[in-house]
Amino acid sequence: MKSSVITFPGSNCDRDMDVALKKFGFSNKMVWHDDGELPKSDLVVLPGGFSYGDYLRCGSMASKSKIMQSVINFAKSGGLVMGICNGFQILVETGLVPGVLLRNKYLEFICKNVFVKLDNKENTYFKNLNKDVLEFHIAHNEGNYFCTKDQLKEIKDNNQIAIYYCNSEGKIENQYNPNGSIKNIAGIFNKEKNVLGMMPHPERMIDESLSGEDGSLFFKNLLNNIK
Amino acid sequence: MEVNEQIAIDHGLKSDEYKKICKLLKRTPNITELGIFSAMWNEHCSYKSSRLHLKKLPTKGKKVIQGPGENAGVIDIEDGDAIVFKIESHNHPSFIEPYQGAATGVGGIMRDVFTMGARPIANLNSIHFGSPQHKKTKNLLRGVVHGIGGYGNCMGVPTIAGQTSFDSSYNGNILVNAMTLGLVKKNKIFYSKAAGLNKPVIYVGSKTGRDGIHGASMASASFDDKIEEKKPTVQVGDPFTEKLLLEACLELMAGDSIIAIQDMGAAGLTSSSIEMASKGNLGIEIDLNKVPCRETKMTPYEIMLSESQERMLIVLENGKEEIAKKIFDKWNLDFAVIGKTTNSKNIELFFNQEQVVKIPVNILVENSPMYDRKWKKSKLPKKNKIKNEVLNKLKINDVLKKILSNQNICSKEWIWQQYDHTVMGDTIQKPGGDSGVVRVHGTNKAVAASVDSSAVYCWAHPLTGGKQVVAESWRNLISVGAKPIAITNCLNFGSPEKEDNMGEFVECVQGIGEASKYLNFPVVSGNVSFYNQTKDVGIKPTPSIGGVGLIQDYKKMISMDLKEVDNLVLIIGKTEGHIDQSLFARTILDEKNGPPPEVNLFNEKNNGESILNLIDKGYVKSAHDISLGGLLVAISKMCIKGNKGIKINKSKNLINEIEYFFAEDQGRYLIEINKGDLKEVTKILDKNSVHYEELGIITKNDMIINEKTKLTIDELKSYYTKWLSKYMS
Repeated sequence: MKSSVITFPGSNCDRDMDVALKKFGFSNKMVWHDDGELPKSDLVVLPGGFSYGDYLRCGSMASKSKIMQSVINFAKSGGLVMGICNGFQILVETGLVPGVLLRNKYLEFICKNVFVKLDNKENTYFKNLNKDVLEFHIAHNEGNYFCTKDQLKEIKDNNQIAIYYCNSEGKIENQYNPNGSIKNIAGIFNKEKNVLGMMPHPERMIDESLSGEDGSLFFKNLLNNIK
Repeated sequence: MEVNEQIAIDHGLKSDEYKKICKLLKRTPNITELGIFSAMWNEHCSYKSSRLHLKKLPTKGKKVIQGPGENAGVIDIEDGDAIVFKIESHNHPSFIEPYQGAATGVGGIMRDVFTMGARPIANLNSIHFGSPQHKKTKNLLRGVVHGIGGYGNCMGVPTIAGQTSFDSSYNGNILVNAMTLGLVKKNKIFYSKAAGLNKPVIYVGSKTGRDGIHGASMASASFDDKIEEKKPTVQVGDPFTEKLLLEACLELMAGDSIIAIQDMGAAGLTSSSIEMASKGNLGIEIDLNKVPCRETKMTPYEIMLSESQERMLIVLENGKEEIAKKIFDKWNLDFAVIGKTTNSKNIELFFNQEQVVKIPVNILVENSPMYDRKWKKSKLPKKNKIKNEVLNKLKINDVLKKILSNQNICSKEWIWQQYDHTVMGDTIQKPGGDSGVVRVHGTNKAVAASVDSSAVYCWAHPLTGGKQVVAESWRNLISVGAKPIAITNCLNFGSPEKEDNMGEFVECVQGIGEASKYLNFPVVSGNVSFYNQTKDVGIKPTPSIGGVGLIQDYKKMISMDLKEVDNLVLIIGKTEGHIDQSLFARTILDEKNGPPPEVNLFNEKNNGESILNLIDKGYVKSAHDISLGGLLVAISKMCIKGNKGIKINKSKNLINEIEYFFAEDQGRYLIEINKGDLKEVTKILDKNSVHYEELGIITKNDMIINEKTKLTIDELKSYYTKWLSKYMS
């Protein structure tokens, strides 16, 4: 299976994502933001980091970079596009997924393990996963997901909420919400479920020596679903 | 403008230093030249008060590839890999502007490391604040933490360990010391020594602005009409540009274009160009009109003294300009050929086709002042006699509760949760352990690093304190299963012009030297920060030691969390009951006098090496060194992290129970082993003449002391974890 990871100026989880994808059997290519065309891919990943320094709204500069038109076309034709952390912020800025990401509620960068509850397994990303609660890792300053009431109704109606912050038992409560995001939302899909944006970093959970191994489950399953 | 003695003094030079300049030049310097001298001859760049003493530190060893004198030290970690590392202070700017001061401190030290060709793989920091009750402390702490995170997180380099303390001696002078480790192939290390004639000198990175221009010049009223827009003397950091600069430099370094490279840190273009020329025994010629400037009408003086961040100076091979330019264009960074190397051995600067500076390089470097400052020897204070009746009145659980929630012991999670400590995907021991540990990417090896300081001990007796900090760094590496290799030091002191403070410096350095020599733990890089002083009062002497060690097989790494019920915990090293200068004495007894605990280097070495041996044989399940707070604090942390309890035996030791639990005797560790291994383990310890005793047996969830005191792990946790976040909320 072929994947592409886009490197923007200021991306800093691009290598980590490359390592993770290759570890679980993807044949991955790194793609420079200034390239016009995407290589043939089954999956395109927008990695974490601080694209263009995030000195404007996070992700807004990157969403206008040259490669993004190809990524948008790829997504619109049904291709799998996954944005992690800064990648999620970029997706939001392109409008491929609805809503915005605000600064964390307590105004502080936060780096720690969190639990997320899967809400919808009828999609390529989570289909066949034998767990409903995953332990992932977050590291962000602007992960506070927000959308209007109407948007919220719409994404609920379309089953677009991918994951919620929760505790180890899958309880979705305010106290397990690390950044103040609306309804504890940690990740969402587009309507068609081929585009996924999420704040947690599965690529940091791919080895028992690291923070945990639920990232391994995620990537293995994803590869199998694409096959 | 005519230069005179008063202007020189306004630049921070001493009257006789100015006379020396005129004598060496055989004329009066012009204003730009004076600025260059003041930048090169200040304490920060010239080490004029410290050089004499730093020379005595052991800097060589089998694993040392590069000792002090380069941008950072380099050690060999086998298989062709090397680690580049250094610690540096950014104290004064962080007090004035905590966010930018701390951020640019982190940026500066990372630049020192990647200048040598190494990709930064870990950051650490040692930060010290005034009393929590002081009105500035909270804001300074918040600003510094945000600044460190703001820069390091954006760079995508994990912050894996650190140290934070509070002491009223830092009320007017906080300390911010930043350390970075980088990974490089041994045959791809870059140095700052220029070589060859007529080689192009190129400038890359950010544009030069008026930020950070020599603070001392601001004091001179004469410049008011010249520098219309006075920007703060604190530099402003741009981590995004530094990330681009890192990637661009590493891309260029992969080829064979670079002869020498030097980052523009303190004293910017001045010190970088002069250092490269001096090391290569060459001259250098620069056309200042070619320096990319951010602002209009910048004068030669401003261009040379600007401390704008994220800039590099490179001497290229002839004909490689196009290759280099292409890379920097790709990363959207400024690139300019601004000069060349010459055989004149002068630094010659041109502006609007006129020569504005001509100074022999050796005058600036080799002839820089060096002082043998007066210093006062300190005496070992007398031991306090603490009465048993006083100790017997105390309840162990009350004392433990107070100490665990003390600001200098309690969990610093509020701080390190704001640092990205997992990016790069190789962090296998996070902050909060004895050392941070990152894997050497793509190998089975891992590198451990820790940063330590013990200002209270150094203040009580500098010689002992100096030794103790090195020993503690050594123990922190041993505790995670790493073989200690080398250290970097950041020496934070008061004014060298005061005999007391200079004495603290001289004796701390002596202590550091003795310990590092004995432990074969050489000093490969470092920095000195003097004048941490408000009015007449200096800070407590605070040398920070950054230690680095190697774990051959990362799967053998040890952490402090207790692993299994029914395992035994052994105390390694002897508990003598030294209470003076302990956290217990200072906070519970309110006793601030007395000597620090003695450091026995033979025991340190013997105990440490024996533990490494036990770890290597697979006997050690968890380990933790016993330091600030003593034995009971150490085991409490192991319980909290492992979510296990312990049943502590009655000690056979004859000292008072309180002394036994809260003394800060050195050279001690706690290790967890399987019951079944006890015989084998004690055989090894006996053979090496290591003192040990059994502390107790691991249980499910209570700490039971001598069958009478019982604390649940949840209680311990709540004492340990709450103070800082509550203080900051």
